[in-house]
Amino acid sequence: MTFVKKNPSVLWFLVILAVFTLAVTLMSPGTGTGVISTSFVKTLGKTLCLAMVALAMDLVWGYTGILSLGHMAFFAVGGYMIGMWLMYARTEEIVFAALAKSPIPPTPAELHDGIASQIFGVVGSSKMPAIWAFAGSLPAQLALVVLVPAALALAFGWLAFRSRVAGVYLSILTQAMTLALALWLFQNDSGLRGNNGLSGLQNIPGLNHVPQEWLSIWFFWASAAALALAYVLLAWVVSGKFGSVIRAIRDDEQRVRFLGYPVEGYKLFVFALTAVIAGIGGALYYPQAGIINPAELAPIASIYLAVWVAIGGRGRLYGAVMGAVFVSLLSSWFTGGRAPDVPLGFATIHWVDWWQVLLGLAFVLVTLFAPQGLGGLVDLITGRRAPPRHGAPLGPDTGSLQEREAEE
Amino acid sequence: MSSLLEVSGVCVTFDGFRAINNLSFQIGPAELRAVIGPNGAGKTTFMDIVTGKTRPDAGRVLFGEKSISLLRRSEAEIARIGVGRKFQRPTVFEDQSVADNLMTALKAARGPWKVLFWRPGPADHARVLELADQVGLAAHLARKSGELSHGQKQWLEIGMLLAQEPRLLLVDEPAAGMTLAEREQTTAMLVDLAKTRAVVVVEHDMEFVRRLNCKVTVLHEGSVLAEGSIDHVTADPQVVEVYLGR
Amino acid sequence: MIRILLAAALALALAPGLARADSLGDILNANKALVEHASRLTIGPVIDKLAASGDPRTEALLKAWGDKKLGLRKSDGTFVLLTRKGGDYALTLPDGSGDGTAKRSDINILRPNAGVRRLIDGALVEFQLSSPDLKTRTEALSIIDRHPEAGQLKPLEASLKAETDPALRARKERLLRLLTIRFGESTPKRIAAIDSFGADTGLDLRGTLNPLLDSHRVITKAGERPQGNVERQLIPGKTITPEAAYDLLVARGDAPARLTPLARRQALEAHIEGGKVGGVPVAQMSDPEARDRAYAALEKAGKVPGAATRHEVAAAVAGHAYWRVYQEADPAMTTAAKAALAKIAVKVDAMQGLDLLIEALSLASIYFLAAIGLALTFGVMGVINMAHGEFIMMGAYTGYVVQQIVPDYTLSLLIALPLAFAVTFAAGVAMERLVVRHLYKRPLETLLATFGVSIALQQIAKNIFGTQARPLTSPGWLDGAWVLNDVVSISYIRIAIFVLGVVFLGLFLWVMKRTRLGLELRAVTQNPAMAASMGINPDRINMLAFGLGSGIAGIAGVALGLYAKVTSELGQDYIVQSFMTVVVGGVGNIWGTLAGAALIGTLQKGIEWLNPSNTLAAQTYMILFIILFIQVRPRGIIALKGRAAGD
Repeated sequence: MTFVKKNPSVLWFLVILAVFTLAVTLMSPGTGTGVISTSFVKTLGKTLCLAMVALAMDLVWGYTGILSLGHMAFFAVGGYMIGMWLMYARTEEIVFAALAKSPIPPTPAELHDGIASQIFGVVGSSKMPAIWAFAGSLPAQLALVVLVPAALALAFGWLAFRSRVAGVYLSILTQAMTLALALWLFQNDSGLRGNNGLSGLQNIPGLNHVPQEWLSIWFFWASAAALALAYVLLAWVVSGKFGSVIRAIRDDEQRVRFLGYPVEGYKLFVFALTAVIAGIGGALYYPQAGIINPAELAPIASIYLAVWVAIGGRGRLYGAVMGAVFVSLLSSWFTGGRAPDVPLGFATIHWVDWWQVLLGLAFVLVTLFAPQGLGGLVDLITGRRAPPRHGAPLGPDTGSLQEREAEE
Repeated sequence: MSSLLEVSGVCVTFDGFRAINNLSFQIGPAELRAVIGPNGAGKTTFMDIVTGKTRPDAGRVLFGEKSISLLRRSEAEIARIGVGRKFQRPTVFEDQSVADNLMTALKAARGPWKVLFWRPGPADHARVLELADQVGLAAHLARKSGELSHGQKQWLEIGMLLAQEPRLLLVDEPAAGMTLAEREQTTAMLVDLAKTRAVVVVEHDMEFVRRLNCKVTVLHEGSVLAEGSIDHVTADPQVVEVYLGR
Repeated sequence: MIRILLAAALALALAPGLARADSLGDILNANKALVEHASRLTIGPVIDKLAASGDPRTEALLKAWGDKKLGLRKSDGTFVLLTRKGGDYALTLPDGSGDGTAKRSDINILRPNAGVRRLIDGALVEFQLSSPDLKTRTEALSIIDRHPEAGQLKPLEASLKAETDPALRARKERLLRLLTIRFGESTPKRIAAIDSFGADTGLDLRGTLNPLLDSHRVITKAGERPQGNVERQLIPGKTITPEAAYDLLVARGDAPARLTPLARRQALEAHIEGGKVGGVPVAQMSDPEARDRAYAALEKAGKVPGAATRHEVAAAVAGHAYWRVYQEADPAMTTAAKAALAKIAVKVDAMQGLDLLIEALSLASIYFLAAIGLALTFGVMGVINMAHGEFIMMGAYTGYVVQQIVPDYTLSLLIALPLAFAVTFAAGVAMERLVVRHLYKRPLETLLATFGVSIALQQIAKNIFGTQARPLTSPGWLDGAWVLNDVVSISYIRIAIFVLGVVFLGLFLWVMKRTRLGLELRAVTQNPAMAASMGINPDRINMLAFGLGSGIAGIAGVALGLYAKVTSELGQDYIVQSFMTVVVGGVGNIWGTLAGAALIGTLQKGIEWLNPSNTLAAQTYMILFIILFIQVRPRGIIALKGRAAGD
């Protein structure tokens, strides 16, 4: 196959992912020896989902040069969409069981009201908001996992790209979009339970008899499969002429316009495609996390996403995955209190407190001295060399990769 | 009508400053034309208008046999209709190979969906090779274009323009920063290109224009001051005054 | 002397039919039982009689009674006024003559409850109004203010002429007019009193006028009109929901209550017989239709009470008309009150508009302060400084630390402002030299690197100062507010922040237009290469610009700290709005930043005013508006146009 031949990283990636999946399967409490705990299996599964959204971020930022600070919003929106079904269906089971005890069977309206007051009691409401119209149907909510982020990305992207907002302006605008969405979700009457968010998502309706150690490994497999699919899809997208065009847009979008390519259309396409991938990632992530609330959409989450991709190495898909896996696992290790404290004599460094500082500074250092990120290590191993850039930057606009002969 | 591009009565104002003032211009389907003028005469703005980068306040810009209006169209649309533009500074995609650069420029469907599923066939590879040969880069197809020399980049960009197969080519100061030999080569190439399409060359350098040996349009303060052969315009006292000062 | 005459005149005025008033003692004795066991409901006439007695000692008596210094001598049941004298009481009879002393145990002290005391106070008011003591008179007015009563009208009017204190006289006049609106003897007088206020926005006036427009709901047969001063008809389905209309009928007992789903369910459950309810199998009960049938069957069998069906409800609702009727019977009064309130509403709206504008202005000055430094770095260097918010935070914490060392708030503020500038200037310069300098021409990476600095700084602040909010106390002279009237008031801190904003605008303009540094800054902004070739060192200028921008952020931090609590997230809360301000205003122009701050401040306050219950939604809408605004003016309000914009 020429595709694999031209993109050896795809094969490598799939092999490593398969080995990793097999190893986790063998060690998990459900399917294997139980060397690792159920919660750690969940952490690993979640990490794979984060890697997926990092892939999306790499396509939109590393390849197309749009520094979106809004992709975690799409991720969370995907989570909300699946969360609505999980919560509704599970509450339906509970309410049904409760009403079944009464002497006469409940009417559909009673059932509906029961579910509504059960879900929305916390925000002082007992009415089912209109946006929950499809919550009872798994296929419909699965479709919404794809459709809502896509629609959101298309609407926002159309507005932003049409007026040629680019560079830092666009970044700030995407950040504003995320903030607007988060603030909207924070209200109690948004119909999504305000800052309580959706909870109990780890319980899969209809699978009450399946223990969590099995569910966790199932979700792990699903996450691994989704990540593999996303990787192959994106590798295919960037390998052809489409890849050339979007990288060209990153480096000099005006020139691409004069070649006759509708730049805005490409940006919109990439923005929406990556939003969908992020949404799917979120739909797999939150059932493993068990809870989703508007804090997940905070603009800072999207900036962290950029951090992962930057540390992993932009413009190469495996770099994004490496960055996401490395940083998020390290982060949970440090913040989980498992990292040993460092006594300095006059003071002790508790990593729970200082991890953020370390991350921030590491991030500055990577941006300054190793723009290739962790992916640069792969270059060292394979002996591949980047073209000598003479310090010229990688990025769009004035920062694009150019070796200028002379300023005019 | 035998003209390919017809610009008439075009005006552009920047912050109260009239960059283009009632400009009219015509060019035939296979013609070489030089546009000259002192700094600030509106040469670059004129090109911006034709390529859709700047929208004029008034006037008409019509293109082709069907007289399609180029106003209200985006840069990309105009490029697809058949207007190619070469910038003064070579702009190639330095992170990509010469072959990729040419392949990207190759005339084909431009929409994202079509491009996503487009895979190059043998004919496309052959065309890329042919183009690379034409601009003397056949040996460098696999190299990153960022590694090329300044002159090679200029040629690559011309190759990309050819790959686009435009019917009208706008060339901004092609001779800037070139050696004498390169200039001669460029002149020959432009003359050759103009046999099959319209070529508009914007240039400062009178010597270079003289070598092109074509009809010349002199711009001054946003409108046409004189038009005709190089000898005709250089004899025009107004032109002399504009160029040499009062 | 005057007082006596006055009291006599009063007595005559109040009791025109009385030729000679009974003496105080007579009145008390005649109502001994009522007085001894005084109750709010029955004592009124007695107090009125006492007040109308015309006796100059009435005031003293009433006061003594209210102060629990009126008693009954146990031996003979005589009312006596008590004065403490050692352990005993000196006694005075109601007619003013002394009557020796008595032991405590010999006296039965009257202890009027709160309700009675209020009545006594009310009666006392007319005496106190003319009291020579200014404080007493003021207190009397406050009582009238709190509990206006019809009887106060005449004494108030009478006391007006003799009032010497101009402020109190004005207050009395106003109260008199308010009382006239409530209790005036004729409609023309009352209306004249209403009209005399014009569009006064006082809360007391509105408190007087609003009860005039109190109304209640009245039901009549369809086609009839109720008695009294009708406000308007309520149309079911339009101005009253059919459910509410029916509930009114139920409440009046004109219609049977509706059957709630719960009641029906319980009724059905109570009549399950052999797996069937009213002949319908229980298994089918999940169908509402089946429940209807079952209930109908039960109803037929007489086992459950009849309930109004939908049709019956509709018929009952349609068979009646619903009205709102004013409590006030005189239509002329309600019309006048309505007109006056409408006039007041217009003025209050205007005032609220002004208040909103002031709030918007003060919010705008906060955003301006927060954004001005950002605009400088962004405008001059094209660099987005994500750590700008953290510089604001550093400024605020500097202020906090200074306050810990220098306890005098005014002095510490004076120290904190320049110190915050110095600290953040240094931090900005350090960051420029260490980070930003290496990333010129890579704006997105600068954004990310400064973000890295931002999270590190935030966490460091958290580690040093903890997560709880630290107070930055403003000096005493900044406490309080400048009150214009009942609607508009501005707190001094907001004024101070506004002044600070203006000062910074002036300072900024001065630096930019009048100093060498400003000239060089502007040169570097417009064309760095050209500026460099003119002998300006762009590195130095960039560094200074960055330092200056950060320093201003520090000062803004002190100001914001006074206004909000100091936390490690202080900067973060303002950073997005600051970005918005810069982006909306247009880059590279201080007036643009000002316009952006004004727009965003006004917008936020405006949306909050439209939707006051939900500030979160307000922020959402504001951001959406900004995203749409960028569509219309992608380069901001004040944009560099044409070739200078570099496109």
